[in-house]
Amino acid sequence: MAWQRKILRVDLTKGNCEIEPLNMEWAFDYLGERGLATKYLWENMDPKTDAMDPDNVLIFATGPLTGTMSSTSGRYAVVTKGPLTNAIACSNSGGKFGAELKFAGYDLLIIQGKSPKPVYLHILDDKVEILPADDIWGTTVWHTEEWLKAHHQNPQLKVAAIGVAGEKGVRYACVVNDLHRAAGRSGVGAVMGSKNLKAVAVRGTVGVSVDDPKRFMKVVKATHKLLAESEGRKDLTENGTNSMIDMMQEFGGLPTRNFNEVQFEGTEKINPAAMKEIHPNGHRNLLTNKACFGCTIACGRIAHIDKDHFTIVNRPKYRHASGGLEYETAYAFGPVVGVDDIDALTFAGYLMNEHGMDPISFGATLSAAMELFEMGVITLDDTDGVPLNFGNAEALTIMAEKTGKYEGFGQVLGLGSRRMCEKYGHPELSMTVKGQEFAGYDSRALQGMGLGYATGNRGACHLKHDTFAEDMEDQTGKGKAKPCKESQDKVSMVDSTGLCLFTTGSWGVEEFSDQIDAACEGDWTSERLIETGERIWNLERQFNLAAGLTAADDTLPKRLLEVPAPSGTAKGKVNELDIMLPEYYELRGWTPEGVPTKDTLERLGLAATHNA
Amino acid sequence: MQKSLLIDPEKCTSCLQCELACSFENEGVFNPAKSRIKVFEFEHGRRAIPYTCTQCAEAWCMHACPVEAITKNATTGAMEVQEDTCVGCKVCTIACPFGTINYNADSGKVIKCDLCGGDPQCAEACPTDAITYVDTDWTGLERMREWAEKSISRPA
Repeated sequence: MAWQRKILRVDLTKGNCEIEPLNMEWAFDYLGERGLATKYLWENMDPKTDAMDPDNVLIFATGPLTGTMSSTSGRYAVVTKGPLTNAIACSNSGGKFGAELKFAGYDLLIIQGKSPKPVYLHILDDKVEILPADDIWGTTVWHTEEWLKAHHQNPQLKVAAIGVAGEKGVRYACVVNDLHRAAGRSGVGAVMGSKNLKAVAVRGTVGVSVDDPKRFMKVVKATHKLLAESEGRKDLTENGTNSMIDMMQEFGGLPTRNFNEVQFEGTEKINPAAMKEIHPNGHRNLLTNKACFGCTIACGRIAHIDKDHFTIVNRPKYRHASGGLEYETAYAFGPVVGVDDIDALTFAGYLMNEHGMDPISFGATLSAAMELFEMGVITLDDTDGVPLNFGNAEALTIMAEKTGKYEGFGQVLGLGSRRMCEKYGHPELSMTVKGQEFAGYDSRALQGMGLGYATGNRGACHLKHDTFAEDMEDQTGKGKAKPCKESQDKVSMVDSTGLCLFTTGSWGVEEFSDQIDAACEGDWTSERLIETGERIWNLERQFNLAAGLTAADDTLPKRLLEVPAPSGTAKGKVNELDIMLPEYYELRGWTPEGVPTKDTLERLGLAATHNA
Repeated sequence: MQKSLLIDPEKCTSCLQCELACSFENEGVFNPAKSRIKVFEFEHGRRAIPYTCTQCAEAWCMHACPVEAITKNATTGAMEVQEDTCVGCKVCTIACPFGTINYNADSGKVIKCDLCGGDPQCAEACPTDAITYVDTDWTGLERMREWAEKSISRPA
């Protein structure tokens, strides 16, 4: 129950689709989604395999609560080896695709091999076909979804697809589902492209059952109520995630112009208030909010662009509503590139969704390119004649489109910040961990965030731990290792349930335990859930170590470790990673070299991975 | 007092809690494919519109049924499909101008909203009050009240 107990395994090299039973022992140890997919990845590939090699494995995974009435039950994860980091990549997404895959009867969809020709996967419950993608290869995510629904005369299909960026191997190409939700980070879309897989279109009519329906519905009612009444939830519904931008601006943790600054003078032009402002011509950026499947928060924004704005004035096809600014898109097209034109930011967001790219990595890579340009390392000759100065809104949208279409300098931006900065001999300008670009939080102002970035299994990421409360309270490295470690374990668990991280402002581990325990077989105490999270984190670590990563990769760029924050509450401070990291390793039960000890692995049931 | 489902699309976020609740109440599983209420999205999700049976007083489906399998519940006012009688001929699905009665291949019968016997689970589950269950004779009351309220701020 809750699990469908079935996996769909597709071998694109052989052109085979097979349905096999889910390994329930693994489900009991790894729950679902992120955790279970990590276990399957570990068992199905050599971590040393190149991310773009046909032997890399791409897993779409739902959780036990995906598709149930638990709030935010639309989540699924894409787990694979990432081309941006050469580490494990784990990106999750909302929208409606994940639940549909579950309704079709599958916990996991495992993609192996590489198709000789471009194909897409068409799934109607247990009827699965690999079909030629000639008509959609080379087209956008948006066109692909439209074409698939029309071609199959089935408006109820849910689609996850890549754009040209994914086909061409842009290192941070993502998988977009339902037009504007994405498994966004770490380049999982590039892996999909390397397999010649354009899209997965699914319709599911099987449904999802739970172990104890009566108790489950009681728990659902109580947890819905908790969310409904929570202040954090109300802010997410009202302002979306972008309400963070005002807080970070005030705090001085808002990375600006490639992290040379930590506060941005244009914040008020791109914050939630600006999104709601009615302009003299009657235009208002924000139209409404929008929920993912099962979600009673609805933090998603639906916006549109002023029809007279330079980005779309001659392009009527963009005069429609679509996904609007969230905090990370606002940061990545705003402060970090110095742009404060809300319509340009919104348009860049459209382009990311239409072409299938991670806005964080794109924005941060462009930011590094802008610094290179202003230093004179690259010139107009390199940039197709586009002046890449900080603050140039037109440069932002032109380069977003060039990268999405893999044209001109967009091909260089498509390398990601680390590879691009190395190419031009300035690796120090790349603001990345393990090759993945930072989210919109500066590690000098938010110390624990820096530790979370540095130790992130998929590289720099703000979504795999949560030390906000501790970071806001104290701006030293002291006492950050423990909440970082503990929240990493908790988030690993939450990411494996099928629910959204944004519930954790309102729910504790107990609320997850109540829901999982009612929905699934077995006793799912809070302790067991946290231990499951710790197991998942350690298995991801084992994957990375086996892939060749070391403790040397658990670090931050010098700009954050040596150059003090120029303003804000952390003025004069650097990140104190040297204090936090040894303490963190010790708390984890890892050696000073960052390797899980035999005892730790045995305690977590991971002894078999020792020295693997 | 009879009650009706009142749908306010402006409030719908397209979370599909209504479809989940409906399928769970009627089928015992979470399965929007078997929901009697359906949310439609337009323009990249800008508009989301829940749609279901409005329980016509002179129901086309009821009149079209050759075996009288559709009957009116005197308490709730809902047109209910009597599964034992329904032969799955689907004539009602042709007769309904709104498309809100549909064939279910798994059971060989038609399915439609029956107001859950007077406690509609979609309304119960809706987190934004886009679906409410109100006095049949006063479904316009809230809208009237809103307009009345607007007149307060109008200059004298």
